[in-house]
Amino acid sequence: MTLVIGAFTMGLILSLLALGVLISFRILRFCDITVDGSITLGASATAVLLVSGCNPWLATLGGMGAGMIAGFATGLLHTHFKIEELLSGILVMTALYSINLRVMGRSNVPMLNSESISDWAEAMLLKSNPTEKISILGWPVPVRDLAMLLTVAALVAFIGLLLNLFLKTSIGTAVRAAGENPQMIRAQGVDNRWMQVFGLAVSNGLVGLSGAVLAQYQGFADVQMGIGMMVWGLASIIIGEALVGKSTRSTGMMICGALMGTVLFRLLIAIALRWGLDPNDLKLVTALFVFAALVLPRWAGKIGRKVFGGRGNAGA
Amino acid sequence: MLELNNVKKTFFPGTPNEVQALRGISMKLEDGCFAAIIGTNGSGKSTSLNAVAGSFMVDSGQIHLDGHDITKWPEYRRASLIGRVFQNPFAGTAAEMTIAENIVLSMRRGKTRGLGLALNRRIREEIKERIRPLNMGLETRIDNPIGTLSGGQRQALTLLMATWLRPKLLLLDEHTAALDPKSAAQVAVLTKEIIEREKLTALMVTHSMQQAVQLPHRIIMMHKGQIVEDIYGERKARVKVADLMNAFDRVRRRDLFDASVAEQVLPQFA
Repeated sequence: MTLVIGAFTMGLILSLLALGVLISFRILRFCDITVDGSITLGASATAVLLVSGCNPWLATLGGMGAGMIAGFATGLLHTHFKIEELLSGILVMTALYSINLRVMGRSNVPMLNSESISDWAEAMLLKSNPTEKISILGWPVPVRDLAMLLTVAALVAFIGLLLNLFLKTSIGTAVRAAGENPQMIRAQGVDNRWMQVFGLAVSNGLVGLSGAVLAQYQGFADVQMGIGMMVWGLASIIIGEALVGKSTRSTGMMICGALMGTVLFRLLIAIALRWGLDPNDLKLVTALFVFAALVLPRWAGKIGRKVFGGRGNAGA
Repeated sequence: MLELNNVKKTFFPGTPNEVQALRGISMKLEDGCFAAIIGTNGSGKSTSLNAVAGSFMVDSGQIHLDGHDITKWPEYRRASLIGRVFQNPFAGTAAEMTIAENIVLSMRRGKTRGLGLALNRRIREEIKERIRPLNMGLETRIDNPIGTLSGGQRQALTLLMATWLRPKLLLLDEHTAALDPKSAAQVAVLTKEIIEREKLTALMVTHSMQQAVQLPHRIIMMHKGQIVEDIYGERKARVKVADLMNAFDRVRRRDLFDASVAEQVLPQFA
């Protein structure tokens, strides 16, 4: 049960990251690798704020803001300094490594005794049930974990709804159009470059938010924690698209898909680890998975045509 | 009024691929005038249109529209004055967004866009009301992705979007060239209807002599980056497709003549 709760909590936290990657990768069609740096930035900014005694919600917001600045920088490098999109992301990500070390002052900030956003929920739960563990379906669950799960679930639901609304606003539709057809949105009087910058800021803001919550969940921020995060987000989106259907482009379905995809992905990983997958192999497995998800449909199409296509050599 | 004053543009200057696309274009398009630009391939007709739209900045000369000097305005800023329909029927709309979302984008052309919801019941009704006269049955499908429509339907919607807010100038870049004959004819009729009803100032590039004779008030013929014929008023009313073909022949013969004269004269100087 602890395993399931852990996977769910982790999945929900990382679904914020997946929403960020959804915006950059699917909506802006911008392969944004800043993510690996901005999730750490969100975590480290929040950790430092929390250790210095800041209100946890404000600290989380601070992490989100820091992420937005990182996305803004990547967008600006690409649109106004004409640097290739991948390289813009790499530059900012590399710079962020040093910035994160500067922010934290060292490579790792533990915050075992700091407040966190789940304290409020924990207090509520303890009031109604003054024991350390709550039984769910007969399994004892630590109150602290449950509080975190509930807080994160509420936060993700709120952010998901907010994002869905945002994508339907005048400026949100302009951002979506700028990603899909820059020529078209320019002809409608919008500077598509600023839409891209703005979209990347929102995207990395969500990633920073994810990092902020992640740091509070695991109780520390670490300068290495962002490595490979962009690919994880990608894998989550791909799973999500398999769940809700790739052809659907309604914003609500895209968001739901990303949320479900991340949670399912974390559950699969939890199960794989339980079965004895070496944690060191996790990123390799993730990369292979994304590779397979990108390539297999194409192969499947080819093989399908060979087997069922009217070339006449299938049965020969 | 649109006014071009000695507009020049050279692509890839100083390289072997150098192209003098516009060699000093000057023209005036009065308010309410609908003009067609015709010309051979590479004559600079699309380039002139793109120069007005702001797809690139011109090397020299001025472009004035509606009293503004728009020569240095970026493309998106000019869009507050200009509505555009492209040759590619997929270029004017965002395929994965719905019909309603695409149209609502054009309802704020050149205006600020804020955090209000783009669509509401009133706007949806307005959209249905205005696409019903197209007689394409689209008013019941406004929440479908626009990518599910045919090229002709998308081009008709693009045209509607370009004129949703009355533009000071409508630019049509061979907007029926990529459509099947039936859709092309439909879109051409719709174009004429809208332009006449709204009394729009419009500039259309076309390959079709038929279209050039039937639709506009004025025909501008281009060749090698220059305007070689300007047919309007009485002359335009009498012009036939054959006359335009003759004009093309004359231009082409003059080219040949230049080349053959050069060949004859060259030995005397070499």
